[in-house]
Amino acid sequence: MNIIVCVKQVPDTFEVKIDPETKRIVREGVESVINPYDNYAIEEAVRMKERFGGKVTAVSMGPPQAEKALRESISMGVDEAFLLSDREFAGSDTLATSYILSCGIRKLKDFDVIVCGRETLDGSTGQVGPEIAYHLGIPYITYVSKVLDISSGEISCVRLMEDHYEELKSKMPVLITVIKEINQPRIPSLKGMLRAKKAEIATLRCCDMEGEKCNYGQDGSPTRVVDVWTEHIEKAGRKVEGETEELAVTLLNELKNLGVV
Amino acid sequence: MAMIKILHDKCTLCENCIKECPFEAIEIKDGKLYINENCTLCGLCVKVCPENALQKEEKEDFKTDLNHYKGIWFFAESREGSLSNVAFEMLNGALKLKKTLGEEVAGVILGNNVAGLAAELGRRGADRVYVVDDVSLNHFQEEPYAVAMAQLIKKHMPNIVIAGATMMGRAFVPMVAAMVKTGLTADCTGIDIDNETKLLLQTRPTFGGNLMARIVCKNHRPQMATIRPKIFDEAPVLDSGKADVILEKLDVSKVNNRVEFCRREKVENIVDLQESEVIVSGGRGMREPKNFSIIKELADALGGAVGASRAAVDAGWMPSDRRAKQLNPRYILPAAYPGQYSTLRECRPRIT
Repeated sequence: MNIIVCVKQVPDTFEVKIDPETKRIVREGVESVINPYDNYAIEEAVRMKERFGGKVTAVSMGPPQAEKALRESISMGVDEAFLLSDREFAGSDTLATSYILSCGIRKLKDFDVIVCGRETLDGSTGQVGPEIAYHLGIPYITYVSKVLDISSGEISCVRLMEDHYEELKSKMPVLITVIKEINQPRIPSLKGMLRAKKAEIATLRCCDMEGEKCNYGQDGSPTRVVDVWTEHIEKAGRKVEGETEELAVTLLNELKNLGVV
Repeated sequence: MAMIKILHDKCTLCENCIKECPFEAIEIKDGKLYINENCTLCGLCVKVCPENALQKEEKEDFKTDLNHYKGIWFFAESREGSLSNVAFEMLNGALKLKKTLGEEVAGVILGNNVAGLAAELGRRGADRVYVVDDVSLNHFQEEPYAVAMAQLIKKHMPNIVIAGATMMGRAFVPMVAAMVKTGLTADCTGIDIDNETKLLLQTRPTFGGNLMARIVCKNHRPQMATIRPKIFDEAPVLDSGKADVILEKLDVSKVNNRVEFCRREKVENIVDLQESEVIVSGGRGMREPKNFSIIKELADALGGAVGASRAAVDAGWMPSDRRAKQLNPRYILPAAYPGQYSTLRECRPRIT
C-alpha cells in the first residue's frame, strides 16, 4: 500500500510576539517547525504502514529550507520525501497550492491513501486537503479521529463532527484529514534521526511536473491579499486586590455592568 | 510571474522592510536589497517602504465577463432536519451586503425532506431560496453536498457565496470552490463591499491571529468565503417576508458515492463552544486539570462554557475540542493567562 502524507513547514507562531512599541512581529528566535497538525498526519501514515504494510512518502510544497521539515518526517518513520519548490509557486493561494501538490502527487506514483492535517497553524484554512482530493478526482473524509480498518480496497474510519461521531467507509484511493484525537505522535528515534540525516530528498521543480503553469503561483490564484496589518490588543484588565468574598462581589458587579449576567 | 520589484536607485537600505517582513524573505546581499524564495507576495514591505522603492508587480489578468454573475447567496446549514442558528447569521451577513450592493439575497438549503425549511428564510428577509432535496443528502457528506452546491452555482451564477465556517462548511465548501474554479477565503471575521470596485472585501486573521489580512477575488466568480459563526447576529423575523422557493433536482449522475455512511453516535454533554455566548477560558496559570472545576462553576453560573488556551490543551489538561480558538462569543473571560493573549487574538470576542 502506498501512503502519502502532506507536510507544511510553518513558523512556530506560538512564540510570535508583537512589539508593543512598533506593533511589529518580533521574529528573532522564531523557529520553523512541522505544522503541528501534520505531526498527527505523519504519525497516522506511519501507523497505517505498521498495521497494514506499505510505504510512506511525504510531500511538501515550500521554499528550499522546507526540506528540514521533510527530514524530520523521515525521522518519525516516513520512508521517502519530496519537496516541490520553485519561485513560480510563490504567492499561491489554497487553490493553486492544492493544484501544485496534486501535480506533484500524480508525478510520484500510484497511491492508496493521502493523509493531511486538518489545517495549518499559520493559514488555518483547512482548504488544501479537500482541494487536493478534488484535483486528483478522489473522495475525501475530513476530521478523522480513528482509522478502524483497511481491507479489500476500502478504508473505514471514524470522524468527529460538532456533536457526534460518525463511522464512514470509503473506496480507495482516498484522502483523509486527521484531527488531534487520532494519535500521540512519536518522538523520533535515534536510528530515525540518523536515517533522516542521510536521506536524499528530491526536489521537483515546475519543469518536472506536467501541470499547466498558468495554474501555479499567483497566476493560478483567484484570491489576492490586498492589505495586511497587525492588530494590537490592549490589555484592558486591571488588578483588584482584597479578600476572596470582596473580590467575588467586585467581579459580579463588573459582570453585571457589562451585561453578562 | 508576479513578484515584488525593487527599485535599487530609490532604496536607501533603511531596513524597514526587513524588520516588517514576517517571513524573513528580505535580506541585503552584496550591498543590495534581495528578496529570497520565502516571499509570499503579502505586500507588507511595499507598505512600509518610506522611499516607495518596492512595488508589487501584477500581471493584468485576462478578464471574463463577470457582469453575468448576480446575487448574494448564503448556505443555510441544517442539522437533523432543522436550520442551524448559523443559517440565520449568514442570512444577516448577506442582507448587510445587499444594502451596498443592491443584489438579491438567496439561501441554499441542502438535505433530505428539507423543503419545509425554506419559508423561515423568507420570513427573515431572504428574497429567494434554492432547495436541493435528495435522499443522498440525508447525512452530511462532502461530495454530494459539494456536487449539489456547485451544480446550483454553475446554473444560476451568483456573484457572492458565503457559508458558516462550521465543521460542515469548512469540510465541503473547499471542494465547491475547486469545482467551479474560484477563490475561497476561509474563516473570515468580517465582510464588506468596496464602494468603488464593488468587490467583496474579506477580512481574516492569519499567522496564528498575529496578522490581519484583507482578501479579494477580482477576476473569478462567485466570490466565496466561509465566515465564523457569531460574527453576525441572527436575522430577525420580519412581519412581511416571503421568498421565492425554487426546488432543484440533484444531478445524481455527478455523484460518485464512494464514501458510505455507516452510523453515527451522539456525544453526550458536549457543549458546542461555537454556540456559546460566554466562554470562560483557562490558561497556563490553571496549573493542573482539577483547577478547571473552579472556572466551570463560574461558567455554569454565567450560562457559558469552559474553554482552554493552547498552553492548557498542549499540557493535556483539557481535550483539544475545548481550545478557545477561532470563535466569536460575545464575551470571553480569560482566567489565569500569565503571558500572551493569543486566545484573544485568535477569538476576537466582541467584549472582553
